[in-house]
Amino acid sequence: MNPPEVSAQPLISVEGVHTYYGKSHILNGVSLAVGRGEVVGLIGRNGVGKSTTLKTIMGLVNASAGRISYDGRLISGLPSHKLARIGIAYVPEDRRIFKLLTVMENLRTGLDRDGVSELRKKELLEKMFAYFPRLAERRGQAGGTLSGGEQQMLAIGRAMMLEPKIILLDEPTEGLMPRMVSQIREIIEVLHRDGVAILLVEQNVPLTLAASQRVYFMEKGAVQHHAAASDLTVDHPIIHKYLGV
Amino acid sequence: MSLSRHASIYWTGFAVAIVLLILAPLVLPEFWRRFLTEILIWGLLAMSSDILIGYTGMVSFGHSAFFGLGMYGAAAALLMVKPPNLWLAIVYGLAGSAAVALFVAYFSTRLRDIYFAITTLIFSQIFYVIIFTWTEVTGGENGLAFSRPGFGIPGLWTTPFTSTTLHWFVLAVVAAAYLLLRRLTQSPFGMVLQSIRENEARTRAIGYPVERYKMVAVMVSGLFAGLAGVLYALQNRFAAPDFVYFVVSGEVVIFNVMGGIGTLVGPIVGAGFFLGLREGLSRLFPFLAATFNLPYLAEFPYLVPVGIIFIAMVIFMPQGLLGFAKRWLNR
Amino acid sequence: MDIPWDIIIIQTVNGIVTGMILALVASGLTLIFGIMDVVNFAHGELFMLGAYMGVVTLATTGNFWLALVVATVIIAALGAALQVVTLRPLLGRDPLYTILATFGISLVLQNYALWQFGPVARKIQEPFSGQFTLFYLQYPWYRLLIAVLSAAMIGGLYLFLKYGRYGVWIRATTQDRVMAQAMGIPVPWVHTGVFALGAGMAAASGVLFGPLVGVNHAMGLDWVLKAFIVVVVGGMGNLGGSIAASIFLSLLEAYASIWVSPSQAIIVSSVVLILTLLFRPTGLFVPTPK
Repeated sequence: MNPPEVSAQPLISVEGVHTYYGKSHILNGVSLAVGRGEVVGLIGRNGVGKSTTLKTIMGLVNASAGRISYDGRLISGLPSHKLARIGIAYVPEDRRIFKLLTVMENLRTGLDRDGVSELRKKELLEKMFAYFPRLAERRGQAGGTLSGGEQQMLAIGRAMMLEPKIILLDEPTEGLMPRMVSQIREIIEVLHRDGVAILLVEQNVPLTLAASQRVYFMEKGAVQHHAAASDLTVDHPIIHKYLGV
Repeated sequence: MSLSRHASIYWTGFAVAIVLLILAPLVLPEFWRRFLTEILIWGLLAMSSDILIGYTGMVSFGHSAFFGLGMYGAAAALLMVKPPNLWLAIVYGLAGSAAVALFVAYFSTRLRDIYFAITTLIFSQIFYVIIFTWTEVTGGENGLAFSRPGFGIPGLWTTPFTSTTLHWFVLAVVAAAYLLLRRLTQSPFGMVLQSIRENEARTRAIGYPVERYKMVAVMVSGLFAGLAGVLYALQNRFAAPDFVYFVVSGEVVIFNVMGGIGTLVGPIVGAGFFLGLREGLSRLFPFLAATFNLPYLAEFPYLVPVGIIFIAMVIFMPQGLLGFAKRWLNR
Repeated sequence: MDIPWDIIIIQTVNGIVTGMILALVASGLTLIFGIMDVVNFAHGELFMLGAYMGVVTLATTGNFWLALVVATVIIAALGAALQVVTLRPLLGRDPLYTILATFGISLVLQNYALWQFGPVARKIQEPFSGQFTLFYLQYPWYRLLIAVLSAAMIGGLYLFLKYGRYGVWIRATTQDRVMAQAMGIPVPWVHTGVFALGAGMAAASGVLFGPLVGVNHAMGLDWVLKAFIVVVVGGMGNLGGSIAASIFLSLLEAYASIWVSPSQAIIVSSVVLILTLLFRPTGLFVPTPK
């Protein structure tokens, strides 16, 4: 499956990536691309390798074959902390906020970078607290005491502190109430307006179609199909094919 | 490779090794004769530790206690019962190490990994302190000296050991121990131990009383370690607290890793390698000093390069010298 | 029975002094374990080499405080180098191998020290003499200074961990190493830094403790054992726990020394260890997790 036509050089380009967990061949030649500022969805059943794709891009799991490029440079094999520093942020499926650190300290893990002035740090914080006022209220509380929805907000806010060019978002709405789901939808929109690209893995099809420009469909560890989101509707046969039971 | 072909190669190899070890003392000078015997004894100690490390997945730093108690047990028999009785020494030694093993087994087996290792270490230090300070019974810092019993049945017929015949006796004991332990690891009991090493939670979930198996493993390991202690006492005719110090336990683990854990015979090779390296280097530096007229080199701490080699092996060759043959040796 | 209050109070003071030094050594050890899952067998040798660095610096400069600083810095650097060369390659492997590697390091360092400095014990001169009268004893002020300084260093460590930027990095890495990396925290360097920190603390303890005993190549062994007991009793990775345990155990041993010889006093600590393992294996001062 060739990467689709993207107008300019893609921000992230994944070509023919294979990944193993022990002996399990999870990713079987995944190819996709995300353009600058684009929101791209990744849809598929449980276990097809969507999360593993994100983890491989982020360097948390090693690809055994294939190339991953960012902004034109090869990044396969680089350690995760370097990727975070050059603009790739990761929000994992189980949020994984630092439970024993306060909200503020969680944010600081992304904020405390070289080359960021104190003024800029304040700006970033204020902007983020404006989107997530609940986090502002709870800034001194330990991460583990937050509700599920608040933890998700914190995970996204923390990623935003890195001033990333792309955020890898893994199932942000899982286990959230409908009210939170629309909040997530808004955040994705805001980030998109700010020019941040997003690679969104989601089971929530309406949200994905509404938020993304393009959508990839994965099955059996590879990207099988892709389409523009505007060409799809929620009950489109393609959706049933790749998500139906 | 078919099972019978494997068996014939294996047993041929085993026989060759035994024959070589039998002939060795006849051609070696005294010092190296004793050196070879010591390698066998330390090898037995390391082999006993392999049951825990290699087959059950429990790293013990407490083997010096089992070893030491075997030594002191033998000493007790040889000092208290006249005439000195070889078999009684063995029995006392095994009893002593079994008691220690029971104690350690009871307290430590419920602990996981690192905690088990540290606890066994601290226990062996407790025994060290007791032995070191209980001077009236154990001779304290100076240890106990005694004479070597003869081989045979006291009262009926005994003949004293020469360094060669002692070597053969030790060889017989160590070879028998190896065969016994090998049988054990291949028995259903041994299989359960290995299953515990692979995945303890799953073994427990299947229904095996894991703690009990672990305790038996510690007891078996301790018994054979104690046997090594008895042999050491026979060889050297003294028992000293130094052998109960935790550094000895550390060296045992080094032999295991250097030789290859989980192979039973690997630790013996590891012991030979380490001791040989130590002996060789301890002679090399004074030799170099004399040859090149560099006097400060004579005192060079030969354990430093030995330690560095060990660290390098841990990093680059963790499977040990015989690790490549692990599956083959266990068939 | 006539309660020997004066002896008890003297031993309390002694216990606290020793306890603070032990706390300084143990905090380094528990920090290293909590963050890197490394059981540092070479910790006692870092303590010992720190003391020797102190001896050497004191001999050349005559200034105790300079010796304290220099020894700490040099041994911290040594610790960092050791970690990079021997422990980084072992990251991700079975913890057994790091234990073995650090054991090998301790062997090398000990024998190096023996060769370099010889078997005769050296002395570090305390920075000032002067005693005050505690009952029938002339108690040296220096001993109290040790306790105060150790407490100050541990306090400094606590503040650093709680508020410093690198403190947040360290705590995040302890909780979730993978996610910390995904947030841009250079985890391999955090590990090196923590190891260096622990080494430096051990070295400082060595210099502080030096004037109380002779400095020789084997002095690390006893301390390593005590530190391990403390770390297990206090709860591995639990900084507050190891400090509490250090003082608690040192007090117990100090009181025991009234009746038995000091080398036998370690049995007391060992008994506490056994009881802890039996009844509260996560640590004496740590609430047992449900």
